[in-house]
Amino acid sequence: MEVAGQNPSIKSARDLGVVACTRCLQVWPAGTPSCARCGSTIVARDEKSLQRVWALWLVGLMCYVPANMYPMLQTRTLLSVQEDTIVGGAVELMHHGAFGIALIILIASVVIPLGKFIAIAFLAISVKRPSMVSNHHRQLMYEVVEYIGRWSMIDIFVVAIMSSLVQLNTLAAVNPGRASLFFALSVIFTMLSAQAFDSRMIWDAQRAERNIDR
Amino acid sequence: MPPIPRDDLIVCTHCDAVFTLERPAAGQRAKCARCGTVLITPRRKAGLQIIAVSVAITILIIAATIFPFLSISAAGTSNSVSILDAALAFSDGPLVALTLATAALIIFVPLARVLLTIYVLVPIVLDRPPARGSTQAFRLSEALRPWSMAEIFALGCAVALIKISDLADVAFGPAFWMFSTLVVLVVVQDNFLCRWSVWKSLDKTQA
Repeated sequence: MEVAGQNPSIKSARDLGVVACTRCLQVWPAGTPSCARCGSTIVARDEKSLQRVWALWLVGLMCYVPANMYPMLQTRTLLSVQEDTIVGGAVELMHHGAFGIALIILIASVVIPLGKFIAIAFLAISVKRPSMVSNHHRQLMYEVVEYIGRWSMIDIFVVAIMSSLVQLNTLAAVNPGRASLFFALSVIFTMLSAQAFDSRMIWDAQRAERNIDR
Repeated sequence: MPPIPRDDLIVCTHCDAVFTLERPAAGQRAKCARCGTVLITPRRKAGLQIIAVSVAITILIIAATIFPFLSISAAGTSNSVSILDAALAFSDGPLVALTLATAALIIFVPLARVLLTIYVLVPIVLDRPPARGSTQAFRLSEALRPWSMAEIFALGCAVALIKISDLADVAFGPAFWMFSTLVVLVVVQDNFLCRWSVWKSLDKTQA
């Protein structure tokens, strides 16, 4: 099947008077309250979804601030105790010449989370007002956000592995810092925020624009 | 009167486009013509293969959790940890919540998903009526999908190893190799599974 682009012959389920269960794909007549096959609640469009998206987005953003202020990792060696924030740790790695790892950490902990906040906010705004970006690009953006969001957890796992492994009595010890909790919460809340977004709304906006054109 | 299901149609859950349902042959894929989301991907003998892979994953998860995962040595002292130890790293003070979350994300959620999958698929493959609560089980398994983070943990290991390697000598335990295999199998299992077909078979036997 080829991608049909802005093919106007493709109809939305809502226009046709049917509604699909988002969990198991079973199609029902419009107005069916719950799916008899899998038991999920059926809504044609999740009207409250934007509220949930914004609420979870805000909590995620609020957690992201302390995640960057507090130390992520505390390294204790014979002579010194060192506390690194996320960015500080990456800079430290660069000084040691480990550019690849520093880049992975920076991408996973700074670029992806910030990009996600911007992308979710953009998508949530774009379904309410006309957007210059085509539906296909926004759909792609949503799928990328949903897919990539989980990978931010990598920093938490690195901290977990390092702080359990590097426990060499007096010689050296690595312990997790407070930022790890906030960072994990931030990732979890942005994942929930992305999941709360009803991507069908992206395509509704197109329909509304077409109706105005006529 | 209960609503009548429209079995002649299929709707893309991502963009809400409606299509007339046409079952693709085994090995073919049905994609949404508007947004490109894959809707149906039937495979021959997929059920049996998925069950086999799921059993393998179950065994590997349990073994990989118990056996030593990585060990480190520097200047005469050494330390060896299992995956469970890694998950339990945040065990002091307010970080306990994080311990539970990490353990769930890398061990319990993947384990729960494969067990649920086996529970749902075994009756289907054997042509028996679905086991009790199959629909709820499959729903739960689908809801847990984004929270299964074994593959992310694997990449995290690689990063941590390189970070540590100039500090001390790191050696891989047996669990490390089990876990690497496990990550590949989880991805394979996920790609073999055609959700639409599973729901269809759960439905057919109910009626």
